Amino acid sequence: MGKTMSEKILSRKVGKDVSAGEIIVTDVDYMFAHDASGPLTLEQLKTMSIEKPAHPDRTIIIIDHAVPSPNKTISNNQAQLRRWAKETGSRFSEAGEGICHQVLVEDYASPGQIILGTDSHTVTAGALAAFATGMGATDVAVAIGLGKTWLRVPETIRIQIEGNLSDGVYSKDVILTVIGRLSTEGATYKALEFIGGTVSGMRMDERLTLSNMSVEAGAKVGLIPADEVTEKYLESRGRGELFQKIAPDDDAQYEDTVEFEAEKIEPSVALPDNVDKVKPVSEVAGAEVQEVFIGSCTNGRIQDLRIAAKILKGRRINPSLRLIVTPASRETLISAMQDGTLETLIQAGASVTPPGCGVCFGALGGVPADGERILTTTNRNFKGRTGNPMAGTYLASPATAAVTALKGVISDPRGFV
Amino acid sequence: MKMNGRVWKFGDSISTDQISPGRYFHLRTDLPELAKHTLEDAREDYAPNVKQGDIVVTGRNFGMGSSREHAPIVIKMSGASVVVAKSFARIFYRNAINIGLPAIICDTDRIDDGDELSIDLEAGRLIDKTKGFEFTFSPIPPVMMKILSEGGLVAYIKKHGGLKI
Ligand code: SF4
Repeated sequence: MGKTMSEKILSRKVGKDVSAGEIIVTDVDYMFAHDASGPLTLEQLKTMSIEKPAHPDRTIIIIDHAVPSPNKTISNNQAQLRRWAKETGSRFSEAGEGICHQVLVEDYASPGQIILGTDSHTVTAGALAAFATGMGATDVAVAIGLGKTWLRVPETIRIQIEGNLSDGVYSKDVILTVIGRLSTEGATYKALEFIGGTVSGMRMDERLTLSNMSVEAGAKVGLIPADEVTEKYLESRGRGELFQKIAPDDDAQYEDTVEFEAEKIEPSVALPDNVDKVKPVSEVAGAEVQEVFIGSCTNGRIQDLRIAAKILKGRRINPSLRLIVTPASRETLISAMQDGTLETLIQAGASVTPPGCGVCFGALGGVPADGERILTTTNRNFKGRTGNPMAGTYLASPATAAVTALKGVISDPRGFV
Repeated sequence: MKMNGRVWKFGDSISTDQISPGRYFHLRTDLPELAKHTLEDAREDYAPNVKQGDIVVTGRNFGMGSSREHAPIVIKMSGASVVVAKSFARIFYRNAINIGLPAIICDTDRIDDGDELSIDLEAGRLIDKTKGFEFTFSPIPPVMMKILSEGGLVAYIKKHGGLKI
């Protein structure tokens, strides 16, 4: 019987044929914790009397959630993580290097690996055909301590997307449309596989946006076959030798297949307060927002910033709102500096903050006032997400965000790009 | 495990952002303080009034969103003995079991705020004593029941010296 990508990756890992529904114990290739969950992870290691990671070279501590640290409590937590990484010889990504998922993709992930992180968007690396999933601090502590985890091999929903996206429509609009169809629990406990001509035609940065948000449908992983695009990406990152082709078998058993025609996908937004409240931008055009945020592990990459810069070049944002831009990583920031993207955005009126999670989860800056609306390129808009339960969050693509910043009201990017 | 307690009823799709808001991120190393804000963005009256042994009852997809284990931890610290939902988000469910907070799945439509419930985890039985009806629910999966009955994953690993699932 044919295998899905999850079944293939996990079978190779445990060295025997496994299929959906089985419980396995498997080695883990990379395990990471960030500054929001890291202190609890270390606490759990201590309670288990585990002093050293099983594999320090595969254990990564990443400071990304509060950058730069806003107060002494968080500074002390970050200092503790820094110290632990040093003492144990684990890998460490300092504040300012980037968002954990971007760091994983730039420097570590490759096809067929198992990656665990203390963050739900660990699924991002599924775009490189890695079985990457988020878990809580205790599960990750156990993985760090033992080098292993237990998993249930998931059933898979195949997301088949064919055709060409229209101008002004991006992978963010695709994934919002998919989540609108599946709902926020449509893929709970399941794997998603993104398959089809539209997906194989996407660049790596576009694919990362798809995998990143698969957890918004409840999925455990969001996998994309490893192909020439994956190979070229790994080569560009100096990890070409880690490439292996991984694709589902033609006769793989899927729990369901959901089909999408790319031509029918429109620029989309998720309305407050749920990721599956998805509407075409055209239906909500004209709604006022007081803040726009371009950044996050979903859409804070250089290609995203370039899309926004192209729209804002030589123009000023509407004086009725604020625009905040946060590059996903230091590399993104440097590229944006070198090619003039940053200058364009700043001249247009953007405030640029250092690489990290930034405005995304409401703990640092850019918190909207009571009654305000914020439109972001992030992945979640639950009540309170951006730091104020009396405000509301819309999710959209970088193009929609840039045009909205220009107009002062939610606006359709078609015609601007 | 048997539990008796009074119901705090919540709706569908309560996210981890509502259970333990990111804006209290700085309190994550001060759990008793963090627990004072449990479920604050879903129901402000919960945290100040919940009593030891009370039961959180909710609708579909409870705990959707982030992997913050602080979400089940603060619910447990707030005094709740168990969470009953129509369905759970995957990471929340696993986290709840790992930290020793029982999470059970059954139809919660007929259960109302303030009802007195009695739950028998092993027997898979829930009795609404206020309304006088009884439900059976599917048992917690065996792997997770093993972890739960040791009091959580950390205790399990300490006792068994590894992941012998
Ligand atoms: S950018 Fe937002 S979603 Fe991504 S890891 Fe940071 S807080 Fe989480």
